Amino acid sequence: MSPQRMETARVDALAAPLPELLRLEHVSKRFGGVQALDDVAFDIRQGEVVCLAGENGCGKSTLIKVISGVHPPEPGATIFFDGRPVHDLSPARARSLGIQVIWQDLALFPEMSVAENIAFERNLGGRPHLVHYDAMRKEAARILERLGVRIDLDKHVRELSIAQRQLVAIARALVADARLVFMDEPTASLSRAETEALLAIVRRLSGEGISVVFVSHRLAEVLDVASRVTVLRDGRLVGTFPAAGMTQAKLTELMTGRTFDHSVRPPAEMTTPPVIGVEALSRAGEYEDISFEVHAGEILGLTGRLGAGRTELALTLFGMTQPDSGRIVMNGRELQLRSNRDAIDAGIAYVSEDRLSLGLVQPQSIASNTTVAVLDRLVDRLGLLSPSRHRVLVDEWIGRLKVKIGHANDPVSTLSGGNQQRIVLAKWLATGPKFLILDCPTVGVDVGARAGIFEIVSELAKAGMAILLISDEIPEVYFNADRILHMRDGRIVESFVPSQTTIERMERAIHA
Amino acid sequence: MLERFGIGKTEGWLLLVIALICLFLSLTTDTFATLVNICDILNYSSVNIIFAAGLLVVLVAGGIDISFAVGASVVQYLAVSLLIWMGGGNWALGFALAIVIGFGLGALNAALIYHFRIISIIVTIATFNLFFGLLMFFTSGVSIYDLPDWLSRRVILFEHETSVGWAEITLPVLVMAVVVFATWLLLRRLTVGRQLFAMGDNTEGARRLGINLGAMHYLAYGWLGGCAGLAGLMQAHYAQEVVPNALYGRELEVLAAVVLGGARLGGGRGTLLGAILGLMLISITQNGLNLLGISPYAFRMIVGFIILVAISLSGERMGLLSIGRRHVKAAGASR
Ligand SMILES: Nc1ncnc2c1ncn2[C@@H]1O[C@H](COP(=O)(O)OP(=O)(O)OP(=O)(O)O)[C@@H](O)[C@H]1O
Ligand SMILES: [Mg+2]
Repeated sequence: MSPQRMETARVDALAAPLPELLRLEHVSKRFGGVQALDDVAFDIRQGEVVCLAGENGCGKSTLIKVISGVHPPEPGATIFFDGRPVHDLSPARARSLGIQVIWQDLALFPEMSVAENIAFERNLGGRPHLVHYDAMRKEAARILERLGVRIDLDKHVRELSIAQRQLVAIARALVADARLVFMDEPTASLSRAETEALLAIVRRLSGEGISVVFVSHRLAEVLDVASRVTVLRDGRLVGTFPAAGMTQAKLTELMTGRTFDHSVRPPAEMTTPPVIGVEALSRAGEYEDISFEVHAGEILGLTGRLGAGRTELALTLFGMTQPDSGRIVMNGRELQLRSNRDAIDAGIAYVSEDRLSLGLVQPQSIASNTTVAVLDRLVDRLGLLSPSRHRVLVDEWIGRLKVKIGHANDPVSTLSGGNQQRIVLAKWLATGPKFLILDCPTVGVDVGARAGIFEIVSELAKAGMAILLISDEIPEVYFNADRILHMRDGRIVESFVPSQTTIERMERAIHA
Repeated sequence: MLERFGIGKTEGWLLLVIALICLFLSLTTDTFATLVNICDILNYSSVNIIFAAGLLVVLVAGGIDISFAVGASVVQYLAVSLLIWMGGGNWALGFALAIVIGFGLGALNAALIYHFRIISIIVTIATFNLFFGLLMFFTSGVSIYDLPDWLSRRVILFEHETSVGWAEITLPVLVMAVVVFATWLLLRRLTVGRQLFAMGDNTEGARRLGINLGAMHYLAYGWLGGCAGLAGLMQAHYAQEVVPNALYGRELEVLAAVVLGGARLGGGRGTLLGAILGLMLISITQNGLNLLGISPYAFRMIVGFIILVAISLSGERMGLLSIGRRHVKAAGASR
């Protein structure tokens, strides 16, 4: 960012309205049978923050891919940048215009160092030339400092946590002299503090005259940071609205065409025996002295700040790691889980928080991803896979979870992020578990689908399943769990019953 | 610490194993640790190391190639026939022809893989059969023995008389050094090399950055083709004859060595040092078995065994086995 440009931006800010940076009209995009975008218009001014909102699969990421030159739009689209028409938009051309994207799936290079990922821009460009590793390191260090985060520059990206990868992706987009930054769900796996820091960065970028298009399913964030909201539904433009005066409820209605009511689960008397009990479970450096029970039909919430040891605990319950001491008892019988296979056999299912790398086999079809965990039940008398049973099961779960798909044989990678998350859920529900662990099941899932997922979860509980719901979004556990445990530094410190407390009180207790 | 010199975990292991084997052979034979034998190993390995450098480029770019060794035979035959037809030629012409024809064969693979979107292993199995079939069909398996003079005359770069005979370093070693340097330059120091890594690491990510994936395919397979051409020429020079099926089967030996050296099938990871060490390990083992008077049939068996042991010790197991472990690691690291 040159000081000159900063100067102009400030002058412009005083002399509102700001000049327009990008305008799109009549943008459509088809993928085979799916109309991902249908005659959409979009515009953004210099230094403005605009949010793109809409349900899963409504075309937000596709719109970003069109603007960044990854997918050409159907003929008839017009694109103006800085008031000039742009034809032949390619990724390189988009970058030369100053368009940068933080991709929903991050699109990082896992085998490369953090420094090289952040400054990979330097390896691009017309003519081959020498690689300057020192300059890359310096640049990466500078940008991380600007973001106020510390990540070892020499580590491989594959060794980083999801949140750290997200930060690397953000840093990469800011390294170049960007004029327009797209952030496709950048906060999906960030903690509250990291999210706050990111929103502060967004505001600072905007102050420097850089425009930001922000996509998030956390509507509070959206309204907090944006000046306008562009809403898409089923690939069509619903409209663009000023953020001032917009409420979450109103936005939800625009996105889904429906209204939702929020109420806590009625207090329930747990008379059923516990399905699973954990007694004084400890694992050095991860969690300590954890005891709880989950009854049939109960949804137990588990929350706490990032780093509290929630996922570590879940991995032990799913047999992926072994505890140092303590017992896990299921239906009165002590479990010895040596692997996740044992856990699956015992009737435990785990929906992980990282669907992109762990939950799904990306190039495989939607259908085979749905049934991969239950293949042994789909065989006929001869031991061969029965296509008809396979079909029935796939159709059932895709229907029950309302997954928006083109065809069940398409690769799962063609689904929008939120729909992929539903397939992960379908995969595990198909195993018919007695104890279901949901680890941040709605990361990147829109409001409508969240409601849909929790409707299903609530039905599963009613049918007698015991459910452990892990989430760092307090409203999520508050509105959907019967009882909530608060974990901090590897220990359970408190327990809440939603009908006997308020959400504010919980927030204070957890974020204090 | 060692990482600074490009010696990672895999390279460290390989160095250790090579050192142990060398120690063992020095103690059990009196010919292994002689200058003559060491020069022999070097001369003999040069051709394979040239192949390995080329193959590494394709592997890091996320592809695989089975056809390069028979491709090198095609280059040998074509280049030598052309040179004879032109009345002899010289080294410059020989190198130019070998590189150009080799590049052409590689570019054919690249075109099929990129433009027709067929996966590389299928394409190169097909071209492997195509190249070999055509070669045997048109040559009827007949070898060329009277090479041009300049090609059959041994070029000695260094010689030294010892009590057990002459120790010599010949031209293939120099060519190998040049190829290794050029490949190192490409993969580590040039931006296009980093783009190759990027493509192998995350193809979609590379595409979204605007990396020209078509050009990267031609570069990777063309580079391997060019290396294979040079290796073919050097092999003809070393053996002083062109036998159509002389290099048949070499592809798996080289592939195994490069993977042993830490290159990941699937792309994005691999080092030149690792590839060379992997190859040296196999060459030294072969040489040792020879010196110990063990049947050459034992060689393949032992090579297979070494690869299994080395890969399971290196902690970089590929495929399904490591998924569970990575899961725990990734989640564990995320706190
Ligand atoms: N490469 C592709 N091939 C086929 N269909 C695709 C492809 N990319 C996207 N789609 C389809 O286009 C529609 C829009 O997808 P897109 O990823 O833009 O949704 P999104 O609004 O970003 O959703 P989310 O909030 O879940 O990320 C979806 O129905 C998706 O399945
Ligand atoms: Mg998306």
